[in-house]
Amino acid sequence: MNIQIKNSSNDPIYLQIKNQIRDAIINGELEANERLPSIRLLAKELRISVITTKRAYDELETDGFIHSVQGKGSFVVPQNKELIKEKLLRKIETSIAEILHYSKQAGLSHEELLKMIQTMEDEHAKCD
Amino acid sequence: MQNAIELKGLKKKLSSFELGPIDLTIPQGAIVGYIGENGAGKSTTIKLLLNLMKPDEGEIKIFGTPINRFSTKEKKDIAYVFDDLYFPGDMNLKNVLSFCRKFYKDAWQDQTVSELNARFQLPLDVAIKHFSRGMKMQLGMLLALSHNAKLLLLDEATSGLDPVIRDDVLDLLLDYIQDETHTVLVSSHILSDLEKAADYIAFIHKGKLLFMETKDDLVSQYGIASLTKEQLEEIDPKAIVGKRTHQFGVEALLKRDLVPSSIELEKANVEDIMVFMIKGER
Repeated sequence: MNIQIKNSSNDPIYLQIKNQIRDAIINGELEANERLPSIRLLAKELRISVITTKRAYDELETDGFIHSVQGKGSFVVPQNKELIKEKLLRKIETSIAEILHYSKQAGLSHEELLKMIQTMEDEHAKCD
Repeated sequence: MQNAIELKGLKKKLSSFELGPIDLTIPQGAIVGYIGENGAGKSTTIKLLLNLMKPDEGEIKIFGTPINRFSTKEKKDIAYVFDDLYFPGDMNLKNVLSFCRKFYKDAWQDQTVSELNARFQLPLDVAIKHFSRGMKMQLGMLLALSHNAKLLLLDEATSGLDPVIRDDVLDLLLDYIQDETHTVLVSSHILSDLEKAADYIAFIHKGKLLFMETKDDLVSQYGIASLTKEQLEEIDPKAIVGKRTHQFGVEALLKRDLVPSSIELEKANVEDIMVFMIKGER
């Protein structure tokens, strides 16, 4: 597994770690029940604080991607891909509802809104 | 989890300076950066922790035990590195090691000594007064890490050392806390690269503890902005922690949550935060 920390990123370090491990789990690079490096080892290798790596692991656990066993370590929870997609779709729906609410308040037309999404998408692509 | 260090209402009055009252709790397994200006009270705190000085008031507990009730055996659980060695300069490494072996008895680990000196390559038969500043610090670290201590106190141990040696110290500290019962307190006016590994930052100023926070929270709260004087006037005064006004504009440390998102903020490190806070007060 590769983890890269970018100081230039606007995301805090714990979030960079969390997202990279989460992506590795979703795309299958980390397999179900695979053991993750210990919090302290990860901190040592990345030369960051233990609290930072602990926070990344805690959030991955809350989100159901890993589970930790006292004294044994943290393991990848088998993921149901359909379920992940279902959850993401629901998140998107909630966000769209919010967007529609605000664009109505701002008096934005359907075309203007679509154009905004298009522009943001292009910028996003450049960042990746 | 047990606390490594607990200070409650700690006070000490010296001729020109008063420390405290200080309340500070350090959890086991953490690396804590204890920062402040020269003369802020860092070394006084460390001396009190080591029972080299008696407090006027307050309580000091290490691993739950008041330090004045520590047995000789328990004292071996505490290791320290100062900015200088405390051995006669005519002793060489061989003498120092044989002294420590007798002093620490069962706790002494020759194995760790050889492993560390394989890295440091300190000469065995040169009088330590001829050691460079870096070699003295390496010797200090070697001794501190070789008696199985659970608490490591560093007092300005890396100040004035070159970046390569400081980087080695960072590795040693990260190695040391692989054991989650180990705790490190690094006292320094400049943490520099050791900041990377610090879990918590405790900031002492004029004898008072201003805060103790996780480094991540601390660093994420603030940002540095380069502004025009007009821009600065539009910012909520509560958001301004400190500023440096120059002829062509202003550089300010700002609280992120009180600043509109239109203002571009750069990441602040612990040193920036310390400098702006102290200067902001003046």
